[in-house]
Amino acid sequence: MYSRTYKSLVSVPPLLWVGIFLLLPYALMLVHSLWLVRDGFIVHEWNLQNYATLFTNPVYLQVLLRTMRIAASVTVCSLLLGYPLAYYLSFHSGARKELLYQLVIVPLWVSYLVRGYAWKTILGSDGVLNGFLQYLHITHGPVGFLLYSPFAVVLMLTHIYTPFVFLPIYAALETIPRPLVEASQDLGASPAKTFLHVILPLSIPGLLAGATFAFVLSLGDFLAPLLVGGASGTMIANVVQSLFGAAYDWPLGAAVSVCILLITLALLSMGELLEKRWAYK
Amino acid sequence: MSAHEASRRAPVLAIYAICVFAFIYLPIVVLITYSFNGTGVGGFPPSHLTLDWYRQLFNDSAIWDAVLNSLLVAAASVALALTLGLLAALALDRATFPGKALFRRLVLLPLILPGIITGLSLLMFAVLVGAPLSLLTVFLGHGTALISVATTELFAGLQKMDRAQEEASLDLGATPWQTFWRVTLPALKLSIIAAGLLIFTLSMDEIAVTFFLIGRDNTLPLEIWGRLRRGITPEINAISTLIFVGSVGLIVIWYRLRARALRNAE
Amino acid sequence: MSAAIANPTDSGALVSAALLEVRSVAKQFGAVKVLNDVSLNIAGGEFLTLLGESGSGKTTLLRLIAGFEQPSRGEIWMRDKRLDTLPPYKRPVNTVFQHYALFPHLNVRENVAYGLRVKGTAAREISGRVEEALHMVKMTEFAAARPAKLSGGQQQRVALARALVNRPRILLLDEPLSALDANLRKQMQSELKALQREVGITFLFVTHDQDEAMALSDRIALLRGGVLEQVATPREIYTRPATAYAAQFIGQTNLLAAEIRDGWAICGALRWRSTEPNGPALFSLRPEAIAQVSANSASAPGAVCFRATIRQQLYGGANETLEVDCGDWQFLRVRIPASQPMSGEFEFVFSSADAVRVRP
Repeated sequence: MYSRTYKSLVSVPPLLWVGIFLLLPYALMLVHSLWLVRDGFIVHEWNLQNYATLFTNPVYLQVLLRTMRIAASVTVCSLLLGYPLAYYLSFHSGARKELLYQLVIVPLWVSYLVRGYAWKTILGSDGVLNGFLQYLHITHGPVGFLLYSPFAVVLMLTHIYTPFVFLPIYAALETIPRPLVEASQDLGASPAKTFLHVILPLSIPGLLAGATFAFVLSLGDFLAPLLVGGASGTMIANVVQSLFGAAYDWPLGAAVSVCILLITLALLSMGELLEKRWAYK
Repeated sequence: MSAHEASRRAPVLAIYAICVFAFIYLPIVVLITYSFNGTGVGGFPPSHLTLDWYRQLFNDSAIWDAVLNSLLVAAASVALALTLGLLAALALDRATFPGKALFRRLVLLPLILPGIITGLSLLMFAVLVGAPLSLLTVFLGHGTALISVATTELFAGLQKMDRAQEEASLDLGATPWQTFWRVTLPALKLSIIAAGLLIFTLSMDEIAVTFFLIGRDNTLPLEIWGRLRRGITPEINAISTLIFVGSVGLIVIWYRLRARALRNAE
Repeated sequence: MSAAIANPTDSGALVSAALLEVRSVAKQFGAVKVLNDVSLNIAGGEFLTLLGESGSGKTTLLRLIAGFEQPSRGEIWMRDKRLDTLPPYKRPVNTVFQHYALFPHLNVRENVAYGLRVKGTAAREISGRVEEALHMVKMTEFAAARPAKLSGGQQQRVALARALVNRPRILLLDEPLSALDANLRKQMQSELKALQREVGITFLFVTHDQDEAMALSDRIALLRGGVLEQVATPREIYTRPATAYAAQFIGQTNLLAAEIRDGWAICGALRWRSTEPNGPALFSLRPEAIAQVSANSASAPGAVCFRATIRQQLYGGANETLEVDCGDWQFLRVRIPASQPMSGEFEFVFSSADAVRVRP
């Protein structure tokens, strides 16, 4: 039904644009990772030294492991918060379901920076939380570890990503036909058993989607550490940032970026595969 | 929902849900409260109410310059991303070409990869091409990265559209060009607005990619970021509160529009 | 008023020379052959139905004529102009779609005016013709309504008006009644037939419902597996089916596998005179052609009598359908006017002229 001209007209411009402004830049990143820096200049010699550095220098591995730990913590915490919330909304909220859903969505539209800043003001030594604790005489001085620590990063990122994790889980729970729940109860299963044997398994694709999302996005985050992470809370993306900034080693920075990219793609593919295996369609 | 279900109120779960809501909203509430706090940020409890911070904010020309810059970039990004995204959605829906699967994945990359990688890649490209960093580079970065948002939304809209309407239009004598403007676009109206709002919001809040492509003129997030490095002032609470109110306003507008469109379709 | 809508070049004769010629058209999608060497002539002013099961190719043929598909082989001509090389918006042909495809963002009047507006017709002419078209389908009072507010039957009328207002030379209808419930369907059938008579243009109608085809058509083109089985008037197709498929698809029949030997057709317990050459032959015998024997019928020329035991009797209000056993597992279906419950052995008769030879 569509003529050749029509089809060319719609495919060529986006293909061209994406090729120039996306494919080329990503390719440049890859290419840079295979070059070197010498005496403050980027040298176009092809080599794998950057990758070797990554694997041998313990500093990078350390930061990477910390980053993965933080990402894992964020994922687990977001799931612990987001799943019960989604379950409550989907199965127990009755007439208020739509309103409550909007209430969960609203924070997603509020600036990331705004929310990060809010945590900064809450967790600081002069912050609201410390003030609150002292006001109630629970503590007598500011608690240090609240801010500028991995704890703060995890807290902030959990806050950001809980709604992200909520969305696919809620969507998955909503597609579970209610007659299944009734059938389970009819056959003698308590609500807890019904949840464990019927609802949870059927919601796994949504759970996996949310978890993958939270993990991957936390992995590459560089703003949260800068805001609330301090020295002990730096993550792998901050390493990249400094390599492109003060430390001036673009090729090495590119190599780290490529690693992050590969890990991200691997996690996403794995997530997709697992989701397919657990989908009962 | 069956009566049987409604009777199982599950109080423990309800309390837990309330706690989660509290966690999600606490920072925002604190933010807004302290924007009116006379003694500034921090400490507890907040004491005398004041609008001083808002006054200070309105006199802060740097912030409003940044707001203007952000609005310009966001508006331009919406235009760029929607145009290319619409073409891409049409292409994915109707054309076959070599590398179609690759194209689909490539377009999605900026959404799923950490922003820093996309930002740095574009920076390297800018250096290669010798382009000076400015709002223009920021705009190109946002527009390109957000094409996928438009494509996804518009592609879904195309799939939902009744194909027979386009055939009917051709059958009645309209050329493909006329059909596009008179039938296809109106059918996509809701998707276009949804995508536009989302792209606008994402662009206004964008930091990761912007970080590496910014020149002398700041966007709002970067302006706030700069001040944060220097220290906390309640002025930032004030602007954050305004941003929050603005976001909520956009959401309300969006839901009104959508409800009206859905009612018209019944 | 109808003259204004009807094709201005037709003088009003109901059936004129071939308006549309489908010449050896074939269509395949990838490896799947949907249409195989179909040739068909359609006359001006006739109501022709493309009848067939799903997958028979009838909708594909319609879409080829409308212009939404291109033939893999063959040509389509309208009078002396080649049609299949034209895009749909240049063909003097309009379609009523199965689910109407009304534009949801336009009201009824704007929908109907669409075809005229895109061709740049003058506003005054548009409003006149639109009012006329709406009046013809009895939708004038809904002119300002949105399609979403209309019922199925109403939407269908609007779709009709939208197509007819453009004065096409052929109106294509793609199963337009299949989405309606049974009662509304019957009503719309007679309205459609009346409309076609009034407007006087060719209607090319696609359906899988044989009753509908029989009721509406001047001619029926029966399609099966991408090939035309038979093209004939309803009466002809019913009384003289060309193939076993045609005989069974339209109405009910008894298929008799007979052997012709020296002027006699022999099928189990039945024998009748036949002029067909020797060899195996398949015959179609309609149930209503078989009757209980009476003094007159038994002695008529060509009468074939036989005894059979009644195995089943199905009461159908106006008639009875009997399943009778002629012996040796030969069962026939017989339809007689409503009578009493019957059992046992009876004598039946049919005329050898009603046993129509069909291709297998």
